[in-house]
Amino acid sequence: MAKKVEFMMGNHAVAEGALYAGCRFFGGYPITPSTEVAERMAERLPQVGGRFIQMEDEIAAMASVIGASIGGVKALTATSGPGLSLKQENLGYAMLCEIPVVAVDVMRGGPSTGMPTGPSQSDIMCAKWGTHGDHPVIAVTPASVQEQFEETVRAFNLAEKYRCPVIVLTDAIIGQMMEQIEIPEPGELEVIERPKPTCKPEEYLPFDLDKDFVPLAAFGSGYRYHITGLHHNSDGFPTNDPVLHTKNTKRLIERINKNYDDIVKVEEFMIDDAEVLVFAIGVTARSAKHAVVEARNAGIKAGLIRPLTIWPFPEKHLDKILSKNKIKGIVVPEMNLGQMTLEVQRVARGRCEVEGLYSLMLDPILPAEILEKIRRFV
Amino acid sequence: MSYDYAKYLRKGKLPHIWCAGCSYGIVLKSLIRAIDSLQWDKNDVAIVSGIGCASRLPGYVDFNTLHTTHGRSIAFATGLKLANPKLNVLAMGGDGDMTAIGGNHFIHACRRNLDITIFVFNNNIYGMTGAQYSPTTPKGAWATTSPYGMAENNFNITDLAIGAGATYVARTTAYHVAHCEKTMKEAFLHKGTSVVEIINSCPTGFGRKNKFKTPASMLMWMKDNAVNIEKAKNMSPEELAGKFIIGVLHKVERPEYLETYDATVGLKK
Amino acid sequence: MARIDIRLGGSGGQGTITAAAILGYAAVYAGKKAVQTKSYGPEARGGAARGEVVISDEDINYVKVLKSDILVALTQEACDKFVVDAKEGSIVIVDDFLVKNKPQGNFKLYSLPIIKTAAEDVGKSMVANIVTLGVVNELANLIDYEKLEKGVLSKVPKGTEELNKKALQAGIELARKAKK
Repeated sequence: MAKKVEFMMGNHAVAEGALYAGCRFFGGYPITPSTEVAERMAERLPQVGGRFIQMEDEIAAMASVIGASIGGVKALTATSGPGLSLKQENLGYAMLCEIPVVAVDVMRGGPSTGMPTGPSQSDIMCAKWGTHGDHPVIAVTPASVQEQFEETVRAFNLAEKYRCPVIVLTDAIIGQMMEQIEIPEPGELEVIERPKPTCKPEEYLPFDLDKDFVPLAAFGSGYRYHITGLHHNSDGFPTNDPVLHTKNTKRLIERINKNYDDIVKVEEFMIDDAEVLVFAIGVTARSAKHAVVEARNAGIKAGLIRPLTIWPFPEKHLDKILSKNKIKGIVVPEMNLGQMTLEVQRVARGRCEVEGLYSLMLDPILPAEILEKIRRFV
Repeated sequence: MSYDYAKYLRKGKLPHIWCAGCSYGIVLKSLIRAIDSLQWDKNDVAIVSGIGCASRLPGYVDFNTLHTTHGRSIAFATGLKLANPKLNVLAMGGDGDMTAIGGNHFIHACRRNLDITIFVFNNNIYGMTGAQYSPTTPKGAWATTSPYGMAENNFNITDLAIGAGATYVARTTAYHVAHCEKTMKEAFLHKGTSVVEIINSCPTGFGRKNKFKTPASMLMWMKDNAVNIEKAKNMSPEELAGKFIIGVLHKVERPEYLETYDATVGLKK
Repeated sequence: MARIDIRLGGSGGQGTITAAAILGYAAVYAGKKAVQTKSYGPEARGGAARGEVVISDEDINYVKVLKSDILVALTQEACDKFVVDAKEGSIVIVDDFLVKNKPQGNFKLYSLPIIKTAAEDVGKSMVANIVTLGVVNELANLIDYEKLEKGVLSKVPKGTEELNKKALQAGIELARKAKK
């Protein structure tokens, strides 16, 4: 076998993916079940010329990666539920100030300290709406150790390309389990480097409100400018003008929505003639795939929609299938009490039945449970 | 004085937001002179602040400037410095920003001894939000949230910094402009985390309601009550009662964090 | 090879989770797919510990063990708890000393002196998990021996290679005798 195959823990694969993507800074804080990301980065970063720091708290960890990114270095942090809550203000800062960073959330049961070792998918809405105000969010959802690596690379690419924070939304099962992974050769996966401004420093408008994207100049590169978490004008200086506030907020959201086709990645499995759909992410999607195969074996036309990007929500994909196929129903299994189901119902607009299958039982939802729901629609 | 501040001030960004009589403008000028005296390239200077009146300072000066979230300037500055060690990084903010909401970052920065500079603009009050008490509001003082008088004990910022392990700790005031500039310069040059508490005045939020009739009277209070550390060495506790000491309160050599980290991990460059 | 669900049950400290990870590693090294998971649910509490690994030539969808194709129970508690999830016609291996009440069911039962072999023949009871791997691999014919040995040797502490090699071999011998 030419490829380098390893048997690796999911959290370690995130770290390796980050390094592959050119991440050279990690600022973190220990939290179960994400800590192995930090541990791996602490060991590996110095070997490739990068630096690791364990900050004094979750908030500082998020701040430090934003600071590092402003210094021109690709930066990663990793956390779980309580830490995601604490990071939210600075995630919003990165959104408004258009700073590329990647934050991993290895989901565990919440709210509060919750179930520290218990896998969950209950941060789906927290990833989207955790920080205050209207804002865009990109969140990717790997479902295997291979994807932990690849989706982390993609998260960095999206962050750099769209100048925004990207959340890798994974769960304690995928993060903690070990599975085979083919480590891509250098150059095999696309790695997007941050574009540099080419204009004269005095002409640089770091937040040009009339453009979707302006290259982000690193501090120290000769482009002296101001960054503020206050709403700001094209030059980065604060403004109280509600017109500009509206314009920039819409700009930040729209520029992500406009690039839906590039950002939103979905695996569609056996959907061509499907009459019943299962819509699932992460570890639950693997149970769902198992169930869909069993359904097909039983002669039921089932199919799976598995978003690898959950935010922006893959509504165009879902909408297309619902317009094309005669769908009897959609099953939405998720390890929470119905966060994604609401979104699926919104997009379905009453065209078919949508039924959630929820579990807080910490183990993955069983294929048999999903199959039972599928059967109800036929 | 014909010093050319314009070289460092961003065009079109004045007037500043500070109230008439606020001492921050004086400190801003000291800061500019201190950096100018170091002959640093403006591109190599980054000023990182949190939220509050003091934290609006970076917007006025022509460096790499980062106005972050409340209390977090030091954490942002830490990441920035580790990403680009050639930057001279100043983290600055008010007493509330640095020692209340940002207190954890403050003490851990002191402990870590990364080569950054920290200025705490201490005016004993939350000014921007309208005069709420801060960790440095004197006991008994009026604030909108201590309408019967401040009941909490307060922080001595420099003691806090020394206790937490900062390797250069000094205090100066807005009134002592030459001393302020000199102290800032020394702090910038110090290898490791340096902390300078700069006693400031908030006539609008603090002074008016705490028996300072005019902005000038607050500066006069600094003049009358600041004792240089050299002089203080020969004064009795009784003589020092009600006074505060300015000057370099603590200066030690300890390995700097980044150099230690890079050496410890055998960083491959 | 379609998916094989393997559950190694014992008590905490018997190294069943390590054994599952080694088996997964060795399977991947041998060109197969493997997923090794931890337990979190209600059954993760209490005395019975378990290592779980799924091995297949095909993509593995559901990541955890459904019903076991191979169950190893090194304690009575683990046996009682996990045997209900053994597939019909599957392999169930129990320690003949610690599992006094032999399980009944539609499966092929091997009652073997695993812990005794580790303690007496190999010389250290803590290598019972490696003896187990030898037994499992020989009975179920999962992976080439060299690949398994390589997997074991790369994952055990330095200085214990010979001991673990011996343990693996002892497990294989146990299984060979049992097959006769």
